[in-house]
Amino acid sequence: MDKNTLAELRQALGADRVSAAPEDLATYAYDGTWLETQPDVVVHPQTTEHVAAVLRIADARRIPVVPRGSATGLAGAAVPVPGSICLNMARMNRILDISTADTLAVTQPGVITYDLQRAVEKLGLFYPPDPASVYQCTVGGNVATNAGGPRCLKYGVTGDYVLGLHVVLAGGHVLRLGGRTIKDVAGYDLKRLFIGSEGTLGVVTEITVRLIPKPTAQLTALAGFPRLADACQAVGAILQAGVIPLVTELMDRATTKAVEDFKHLGLALDVEAHLLVAVDGDADLVQREIAIVADILRRSGARDVRQAKSAEESEALWEARRSISPAIARLARNKLGEDITVPRSKIPKMVARLHDISQANDIPIVVYGHIGDGNLHPTLLCDRRDGAIMQRAAKAAGELLGAAVALGGTLTGEHGIGVFKRDHIHEGLDANALAYMTGVKALFDPHGIMNPGKKLPAA
Amino acid sequence: MSDLPRSLTQTPRPAIIRPLHPILATSWRLGKGIMTIYDPAPGQQVFGPALPGYDDLQGCIRCGRCLPVCPTYGETQLEMFSPRGRLSLLRAVEDGKLALTPGVEAHLYHCLDCRACNTVCPPGVHIGELILAGRRAVEEKYPRSPVIRFMLTQVLTGAERAEILSAPLRAVQAGRLDRFGAWLLGPLPLLGPKLRELVEFAPRIGKPIRREIAATTPAKGAQRHRVAFFLGCMMNVVMPDVSRATLRVLTAAGCEVITPRGQACCGAPQDDQAMLDLSRDMARKNIALFEPHLDDVEAIVTDCAGCSAALKEYAEWLHDDADWAGRARRFSAKVRDVTEWLDGVWPAERALRRAPITATYHDPCHLANCQNVRTQPRRLLGRVEGLELRLLPDSHPVRCCGSAGIYNLTHTPMALGLLDKKMADVAATGAALVVSANPGCLLQLSWGQRRSRQPIEIKHVVQVLDESLAE
Repeated sequence: MDKNTLAELRQALGADRVSAAPEDLATYAYDGTWLETQPDVVVHPQTTEHVAAVLRIADARRIPVVPRGSATGLAGAAVPVPGSICLNMARMNRILDISTADTLAVTQPGVITYDLQRAVEKLGLFYPPDPASVYQCTVGGNVATNAGGPRCLKYGVTGDYVLGLHVVLAGGHVLRLGGRTIKDVAGYDLKRLFIGSEGTLGVVTEITVRLIPKPTAQLTALAGFPRLADACQAVGAILQAGVIPLVTELMDRATTKAVEDFKHLGLALDVEAHLLVAVDGDADLVQREIAIVADILRRSGARDVRQAKSAEESEALWEARRSISPAIARLARNKLGEDITVPRSKIPKMVARLHDISQANDIPIVVYGHIGDGNLHPTLLCDRRDGAIMQRAAKAAGELLGAAVALGGTLTGEHGIGVFKRDHIHEGLDANALAYMTGVKALFDPHGIMNPGKKLPAA
Repeated sequence: MSDLPRSLTQTPRPAIIRPLHPILATSWRLGKGIMTIYDPAPGQQVFGPALPGYDDLQGCIRCGRCLPVCPTYGETQLEMFSPRGRLSLLRAVEDGKLALTPGVEAHLYHCLDCRACNTVCPPGVHIGELILAGRRAVEEKYPRSPVIRFMLTQVLTGAERAEILSAPLRAVQAGRLDRFGAWLLGPLPLLGPKLRELVEFAPRIGKPIRREIAATTPAKGAQRHRVAFFLGCMMNVVMPDVSRATLRVLTAAGCEVITPRGQACCGAPQDDQAMLDLSRDMARKNIALFEPHLDDVEAIVTDCAGCSAALKEYAEWLHDDADWAGRARRFSAKVRDVTEWLDGVWPAERALRRAPITATYHDPCHLANCQNVRTQPRRLLGRVEGLELRLLPDSHPVRCCGSAGIYNLTHTPMALGLLDKKMADVAATGAALVVSANPGCLLQLSWGQRRSRQPIEIKHVVQVLDESLAE
């Protein structure tokens, strides 16, 4: 980075908020993927004005800017591009307001999602978005990727809770969008554009989220299904019976085996799938609903239905779900976690296709996911040290994305497009929609400095 | 696209990455540069084949789960101060992308070695151990400071040496010359405040216990168990009264205690400061010393959590030493922290009672994170009638109090930040008594008590048990 730019950044933010040491650049080169590119400089803003100053300087000098929360993403969206300024938002980590009167919270983007959940739960309130990385990801990162998680069937995704945003655009202009009300149709709902925009349109510096009352109880059931298709039908039957489950987590046979080998929980290994269903609400309601759920599971062809009677028993059943990630991490040197979403009725077909793709490419694929919302996480087991394996994994990944789209699904339910899926985006979107999206990008970011090359396809 | 408005089809396009390959291509062209997937390239190892394992560094999947439990990341929100960042620095060096700079050394030593990261890592990478291995590699290029080297090679080498060499400090403290000196030099700029801080922190040197301990201390009442006692350097010199309590409590629980003479330091401080040869020598010395007793005792017990963690790690330290691996495994298998041992053998009829008090328990990192001994000390305290135990926030994994061996001396501002946070947590519990199980933590918490002027007492678990022994 040239001296003048560095001097200007230091002048605007203070020297201790600008890192250009080689060690600092090396530690801001990555996210949760295998991508790695060092930025030219890392800045650590603490106010909206700091962010505006960075984007003003960068826009004038046409320097790319890549915003970053905890860099836990799985699509490469937060990995710096060559010659860029890495915008570390982690230090804007204050919760500004929690209002019980308005049931909302105002937070800076660097707040850890779990910390926000804990803070509001102390007041009997609930912030439901719950991505698997909840302990380490930031609320700002969740907005930028419109993060989901296992609870989405009942509670929706991050974007469903955003009431207002402060956004800084390239050039340093600040937009205040939405506010503290649930209903708001004054003007266009521009804030929606920034939700899930992966840092390509602007930088969120303040977020107002809607909260709901905290459900007081939760109960869980776990069942083994000899036929995976029956598990999918069971979820439909549960909904038809008037119960919206908190989570409906599917584990295929390979996932079950990995968990069982790792934790020895006594899960049956001769069934095609396990289904974990949880309900939440008040104590009476969850007892009633879990009984309905267990009954439907049994009638849908499940074996070994375990129904928790208490919070402790629920915890024990959750152990299976929680063990998936570490169990799979131990199966192979590396893994490539995909995140396709298909209509729920198509899940059995999709799982069958995944098994075919796995066999055809000789790449083990374990499948788990939140089937209530159709979001599957096929995980390809591979080894980055072996080029031949990686080529087969790449081919398998391409094929499974195609299969998801062919079944009426989408390339990504919650991880985002980033870099990894960018070149597949025309498979998932129609050409006109893409052209308008490119136009939107050019409108907000005319010089193309905001996280360039991510999210949208090559022209 | 011809039916689209001209404004859309003619908008200037943003800089775009051109794909070289479909998904999982190894690089994307982007404007003037190229973005690449990090490509592991074994063979470029700068450190030499043994340290740290290149394959082990590859085990980090960069999920970031370690960030929120890392105390130094919590203080800074800077990636260089995180476990993931430290491993990335090591890997960047091995990849030849980063020189082995003083900056890398500094970042490796910003680590408290609290091992909180180890407890949450999804793929189970031994992060703390890798960082220590990194320090060992750096040591060849940038040796530790002479003061630290002197302390670790000459003073903290065993209870006996520590005792002799700390005698002058004891005399100075007895004559209150330290306070006088601090008062005299206090007005000096820079040095004054530093000196006052040091005097405030410096542990009171007590009357060492080493020579009092008989080779065999009989059980009180019926003998149920026989254990060997390992006396830590710090316990002997700084907390002899705690070890006195330990012996009373062990014997009260029906244990005969044998204490072999000539014990070396456990080696933990040296291991922490990259002096691996020295720490391994100490391990061999202690193994040889205790070996003749191993068949006669049920356990090797120590009341210093730092020591018990190190003694348990001997098996790992010496695993590739053909002559010592087996002996080290046998030794380590017998090691128990005193809280762990007492919880297992406490006789149900041995009542513990005291005047009512609210207490909280601070997990020593080397007990909770390294040894997974969390419930045992709490269960022991739960046996004390009159003691109400309140939970300290961030207990699992525990957030370090900032003591961390000699970290509070080498990295005082960071250590004080962590200490103040811990003392605020303590205050919020409303406890009048803070219990822990490691001399470093106890000293640090006492410092915190003096800084925050809270009306609280700081005690080791065995002291609480000792005071509660109903006759």
